[in-house]
Amino acid sequence: MTKNASTTGLYTKKAIKCFTNPKNYGRIKNPDGIGKVGNPVCGDVMWLYLKIGKKGRKEYIEDVKFETFGCVAAIATSSILTDLVKGKTLQAALKIDNQKIVKSLGGLPPIKLHCSVLAANALKKAVEDYQKQKEKKKSK
Amino acid sequence: MIKRGTKYYFDYAAATPVDPRVIQAVSFHNKNYFGNTMSLHQFGQSAKNILETSRAIVAGLIKANPEEIIFTSSATESNNLALKGVAEANHKKGKHIIISQIEHPCVMESAEWLESQGFEITRLPVDKYGLVSLAALKGAIKSDTVLVSIIHASNEIGTIQPIRAIGKICRAKGVYFHTDAAQSFGKVPINVVKDNIDLLTASAHKMYGPKGAACLYVRKGVKIEPILHGGGQEKGLRSSTVNVPAIAGFAKACEICGREMSHESVRLIKLRNGLIQGVLKRIPNAYLLGHTRKRLPNNINFRFDHVEGESMVVQLDLLGIAASTGSACSSAKLEPSHVLLALGLKHEQAHGSLRISLGRWTKKSEIDYLLKVLPGIINKLREISPYK
Ligand code: FES
Repeated sequence: MTKNASTTGLYTKKAIKCFTNPKNYGRIKNPDGIGKVGNPVCGDVMWLYLKIGKKGRKEYIEDVKFETFGCVAAIATSSILTDLVKGKTLQAALKIDNQKIVKSLGGLPPIKLHCSVLAANALKKAVEDYQKQKEKKKSK
Repeated sequence: MIKRGTKYYFDYAAATPVDPRVIQAVSFHNKNYFGNTMSLHQFGQSAKNILETSRAIVAGLIKANPEEIIFTSSATESNNLALKGVAEANHKKGKHIIISQIEHPCVMESAEWLESQGFEITRLPVDKYGLVSLAALKGAIKSDTVLVSIIHASNEIGTIQPIRAIGKICRAKGVYFHTDAAQSFGKVPINVVKDNIDLLTASAHKMYGPKGAACLYVRKGVKIEPILHGGGQEKGLRSSTVNVPAIAGFAKACEICGREMSHESVRLIKLRNGLIQGVLKRIPNAYLLGHTRKRLPNNINFRFDHVEGESMVVQLDLLGIAASTGSACSSAKLEPSHVLLALGLKHEQAHGSLRISLGRWTKKSEIDYLLKVLPGIINKLREISPYK
């Protein structure tokens, strides 16, 4: 973890980059799914918006955006998660767990690992929300 | 023009740079006065002389007698000694101790430990500016109260307590009054006699001295037991070989602060108020924490809605600016600062705190630079935040 340490010491260069230049932040109007999660450890909040598209019979993430009120790690993991899942099928996207997120940041300080769980949970919730909405429409 | 790679230090409350005159004093004494003050020979005795001269200088800054200064290694040690030492020496009289809810962790934790040892602790609340109520203090003192320990100036929000009035109440009730003056010592005038103080904690590294040198003022006649036992240095109250060079540096730092205090505080208050007004004008939903007037000349603490402190601190750090926060995310326990919660702030409000502390080398141009970049940082983080 100490290698690649940025000027701020605690974080990898990659994490700092994702934090200072986050991708895909903001809102999606009329999203197909929203995942709103709070971090039970420190009280931070992340909202994830999904737009689902269809390729043949497969559903994939056409667009994804996040809004996060939290620390450097929370923002960096939010950003990298959206990067990782964009364009992926739902199935593939759901395979991305917090370990993968942490790995793609080149690591996180141990005390900040809980922040990456936030992002993974937000995704799960957003997909769940999407599926629930779909069921509702079907049953109408 | 601000050069790239320039560093802006706004964290004087955490540690001050060591004044070059102090560095010189420390290394001079390291070279020439390495002797052990307990040794009988000239090396020991000359070091002992330096120690006693230093003691007199440190005492002079707060109008204490030299014999009333006990040198320690840190404010944490001094506070531990004050609380545990007084508790131990006076437990026959009573087992009740009063502190405030906004003490430094070393007082909070010492009190908690004493609680586990059968002492009763009252933690006085503060108002939204961080001030304890004198009436509440009066009401809290009981017949078995032995000590009141209230921080002079808050390390986080800079609020200065009315210690003279607090001391008066304690004196009238026959209860010892200790104050942790780590942040205020050398920055605002303190007179232990007029302020009715029985014990006072001070540390060198918050006032341009070296780390590892601190002291506890113990008024003559106060009953206190040591927490370190050994060779009996410092009147038996603090056994350990005395760190003479660091203490000589501490004394030098006191000498400089004593000379420059009145002048320097006027300068700092001007810079401080300029920064406060500038930020509140430029950034919406920004609030000053602590008291507007009853605060340290060098302390500023803001709170910004909907942004998190660690994010702010790291963004600033990337621009070469050093500041700090009371946000849960940046604490080792992932809990928000107890001081901010004591002000009545909600968890998510404490999240957005940013402490900026100034000092001897803070220039107007640095304040201007901070004022220039801070709005952009807050804006960007608010754009990312779900709450707007
Ligand atoms: S979200 Fe609070 S520590 Fe990371």
